[in-house]
This record gives sequence, C-alpha cells and structure tokens, in this order.
Amino acid sequence: MAAAAEPRFAVGDRVRILDLGKAGHVRTPTYVRGRVGTIERFCGLFENPEERAYGREGRDRIPLYRVHFEQRELWSGYGGGAHDTLEIEIYQHWLAPEETP
Amino acid sequence: MNDTHEHSHAHEHAPSDDDVALSEEEAKFIALKNLLIEKGLITADAIRARMEADARGTPHQGARMVAKAWTDANYKVRLLKDAKSAALELGIPVTEAALVALKNTPRLHNLIVCTLCSCYPRSLLGEPPAWYVSKAYRSRAVREPRNVLAEFGIALPAGTEVRVHDSNADLRYIVLPMRPAGTETLSEQQLADLVTRDCLVGTALPRAPSV
Repeated sequence: MAAAAEPRFAVGDRVRILDLGKAGHVRTPTYVRGRVGTIERFCGLFENPEERAYGREGRDRIPLYRVHFEQRELWSGYGGGAHDTLEIEIYQHWLAPEETP
Repeated sequence: MNDTHEHSHAHEHAPSDDDVALSEEEAKFIALKNLLIEKGLITADAIRARMEADARGTPHQGARMVAKAWTDANYKVRLLKDAKSAALELGIPVTEAALVALKNTPRLHNLIVCTLCSCYPRSLLGEPPAWYVSKAYRSRAVREPRNVLAEFGIALPAGTEVRVHDSNADLRYIVLPMRPAGTETLSEQQLADLVTRDCLVGTALPRAPSV
C-alpha cells in the first residue's frame, strides 16, 4: 500500500483541518479549515477528487474520514444549542494530529 | 381561412421552452458534452442511462426503509450498519459509493446539507428539492440550523443536540426519523406513507395521521 493510502488516524483522535490553499475541485469547505474536531469514523479508501475531477492518470485511493465538530468550535457566537454538532467527510491529507488539551 | 385569430392566439400561449435562447452555461454544457462524446470519453447512451437511473429514485423508497426499520428491529440494526446493503434487501439498488442512515432520538436531531454543491442520494430519493440546492439553505443549514429548522416548522428543545451532516464527498445520507406516537396499529405500508422526503433530509418530522 502506498504511504498516502495508509490510514494515519483512529476513531476519537483529535485533528486539525489544514488550509492547503489549493484551487480546483476541493471538497474541504473554508468554514472547517483551521478548526479542531475528532475522528468519528474511517469511511474507507476513495479516489482523490482533487485528481479525479481532472481525469488524471495513476491516481491513488486515499483515506477518507468523518470528522465531528462542536458547532461552538466552528462559529464564533454560535446562536444554537450548546450541544449542537456538525460532521463532515475530510480526506487524510487535509488532517493534522492535534494534541489532546 | 377565417379562424386564423384563434390559431395565432393559441400559438402565442403554447409552451415554448425550446424557443428560449440558450444561456451561456447551457451552451457551454452542450459544447462540452458533444466534445466528450466526439472524443469517445463518454457515450450519449451512458448519459441517458444515468439520467434514467437518477429518475428511478423516489422518496418513497427511503420511506419504505424507514417503515421497515420501525417494525423490524433486526433490519434497523442492519440499516444503521450499512444502509446501502439494507436498501438492496428491499430491492432498491443504491448506486452511490456508500449510504449512511442517521438515527434521530429524543436527544438528537440530524439534518443533511451539501454546502459545496448538491450531493444527495439521488439513486434512492431522486432529484433534491429546489431549496436543498439553494445557496440560502446550503450556507445557513451549517451556520444557523435551528433557525432553518424553525422556518421548516420544527422547534427543538435547547437540550436536544442538532447534528448537521455536511454531505461533501463520497458518502450519502438519509435520516432515520423517530416513529411517531399513535401509530402502533398501522401497517408497514401505512407507516411508509407518513415518511415524506423532507423527513429523510431532516427538515420535517413524520406525523401520525389525524383521526
């Protein structure tokens, strides 16, 4: 298995979403970049949409996770319930390990 | 002929969508499609077949899965483990890579959105409603879900967790709503009739039929 395809995170790990500043068919919305969440599940290996969208050859399958956030972590002054959450799929190269506080 | 007036009147009001000039985006789309076909990268039949497959999806297929889960605890376990396989058990082929069922509870309400475009389990439910692809829903559902839910007529206690699922990549989602009280005597088919499209997205709650 190529290094890029090795899952590096486990359920419950704290992760920070990177801001890779990439253009193109990127599936990581701006509002989660730089934010810290926890891995909710490993979804499996999927083709990288940033490559697939352009039909590039030899594209690897890469790990995809669902990341769980507290809404208060995502939005300053979030006006909903204190326990409200959000979950979103993030490809591994957008994730960095984050120390448990 | 003496009846020209009647005829010209009818023509003026006939549906005429084919006569409207193409927008720039439509012209681009047709040019790109023709180029892909010309280069042999895709066939006209493959496009047609995909549109046909998408049109097979209906909210009722999702409703059948929910009603089955309400009446069969073992099916519910399988649905929550792998909704794509659970759909196939009912003869519903889901063509998306994976389908995840999200269980509502008295303490948790799930809401689905795709902020980046219009990801939706089309092979199961068909095309999404216009509001689902609107910029207003896509931007507000993640930022102020309770206000959005209130506009759909759902008021949840502050203690209930609202969990938004931004469907942005390879997985697709449906909500498994709670079975409403007062439906104990209903058949599985009658239960399925209570589950509307919006219940499966999280913007409505199934209601017992009024007596």
